Amino acid sequence: MSEPALLDVKDLEAWYGESHVLHGVNFNVRRGEVVTLIGRNGAGKTTTLRTLIGIVGKRSGSGLLGNVDLLKVPPHKVARHGIGYVPEERGIFSKLNVLENLLFPPAWKTGGMSIDEIYELFPNLRERGATPGTRLSGGEQQMLAIGRVLRTGADIILLDEPTEGIAPVIIEEIGAALRILKERGITIILVEQNLRFAASIADRHFVLDQGKVVDEIPNSELDANMDRLNRYLGV
Amino acid sequence: MTDFLGVPIPVLLGQLLLGLINGSFYALLSLGLAIIFGMLNVINFAHGAFYMLGGFVAWYLLSRLGLGYWWTLIATPLVVGLAGIGVERLLLKRLYRMDHLYSLLLTFGVALMLEGLFRHVFGSAGKPYPVPTLLSGGLNLGFMFLPMYRAWVIVVSLAICLITWLVIERTKLGGYLRAATENPSLVQAFGINVPLMLTLTYAFCVGLAGFAGALAAPLYQVSPGMGSSIIIVVFAVVVIGGMGSIGGAIVTALALGVIEGLTKTFYPAASSIAVFVVMVLVILIRPAGLFAREA
Ligand SMILES: Nc1ncnc2c1ncn2[C@@H]1O[C@H](COP(=O)(O)OP(=O)(O)O)[C@@H](O)[C@H]1O
Ligand SMILES: [Mg+2]
Repeated sequence: MSEPALLDVKDLEAWYGESHVLHGVNFNVRRGEVVTLIGRNGAGKTTTLRTLIGIVGKRSGSGLLGNVDLLKVPPHKVARHGIGYVPEERGIFSKLNVLENLLFPPAWKTGGMSIDEIYELFPNLRERGATPGTRLSGGEQQMLAIGRVLRTGADIILLDEPTEGIAPVIIEEIGAALRILKERGITIILVEQNLRFAASIADRHFVLDQGKVVDEIPNSELDANMDRLNRYLGV
Repeated sequence: MTDFLGVPIPVLLGQLLLGLINGSFYALLSLGLAIIFGMLNVINFAHGAFYMLGGFVAWYLLSRLGLGYWWTLIATPLVVGLAGIGVERLLLKRLYRMDHLYSLLLTFGVALMLEGLFRHVFGSAGKPYPVPTLLSGGLNLGFMFLPMYRAWVIVVSLAICLITWLVIERTKLGGYLRAATENPSLVQAFGINVPLMLTLTYAFCVGLAGFAGALAAPLYQVSPGMGSSIIIVVFAVVVIGGMGSIGGAIVTALALGVIEGLTKTFYPAASSIAVFVVMVLVILIRPAGLFAREA
């Protein structure tokens, strides 16, 4: 018998103005698991994350976290439920330096990492505290964006394409850091197009296509399903 | 030496003082305008009307309810701030996603309506407001006579501007405000109530305008037109300083007040256009404004 889901997303729909972008996204994640949302560009992966945390204006469906429905929580209170959001564009504040960026989000839950622990996880950030956040390289900004939510005590992290446009060496460092987070029991919802990276860390993969989840593949069966996956991804 | 370029020194200093006073009011108003523009992306044409409202609230509290100057100084910004909350929540809020132009037209309309309403109810004539006893009289500095009330206006305006600037540039709250101008939805995703912060920012800034109106009441008479006559200069100040630069707005406001005062001394005919001449020059040479941040 499988463990119940920590976060259960059902029938998610979302609109940008008049355009209907999500048409029923269903997936779930168990405590301590890493699941990915994969799919080609424009499939609705980013929108799914934005809908869950309330950045998208018009939406329906549910995202049950225990007995709390995230879609009914006002957007500024989602973080209080331990949700940490690392956006695709990283969202480093240019007017704040690295340390100020790390200290920016309020810590809503206990058990978050200290600044020292974050520096241990991402040594590149150490000694860079006084540098303006957006002066860092793309990879370092990604580390900063991840580190920033770890301080808040978030135990579910929504991570949008952390490897996009980043040098292979740095991708490995980020992968190593995510495995450490997983060992610490943090739950991760990872949007990813880099299958190799996704396979190195995830437990299950949900395939999005045209605003719907069309398939679920356990990581162990990834190789066997490569043909099907490549068809979804249009490779 | 008793005169400078043919102008007696006491007269010159007197005009400088007047310039600083005007500059103080420009500073209180342009500071609020700059913050509202930076945070809400709104060009708040109603700012002068809130200044006028402040003058009338102060006058009403004293003449009808007998509330003394000092209490008025506290109560007025609160009342005007509440009016600001009403305007932001009911009207402005709906326009954030649209072009600047919509909120500009809206606030312009609010200004016209408020001014018209006050003209209708109270008439156009100015209402006198006495200088509070504690601040009546003045100091003889030897070279000139310094009325106490004017000194108070300058000191209190500068103090408020400085404190506001420090809060925005140096505190955690200010950090949230600055970050929210850059990426409001992410700041919200981190658990900060951005819409509430915007409402309170608007209320605070128009509250400052109301405070300035109360402060001005004993100096100038309270009249429905007082807002529209000052707001044009204040907009010029913000254009010269650079939209969105808070420190720039304060410094420019004081400097322009002084320039205006000096023009009045040396070439009175030009005094009412001096500010606009500076504005034209700045637009020609540095269109983004003197203190605009490099992108
Ligand atoms: N701000 C927006 N306004 C209108 N349409 C958008 C916006 N953002 C994304 N879209 C559209 O929504 C769809 C899903 O986009 P997105 O969630 O970003 O996809 P993915 O992250 O999977 O690449 C795409 O068709 C995209 O063009
Ligand atoms: Mg995306």
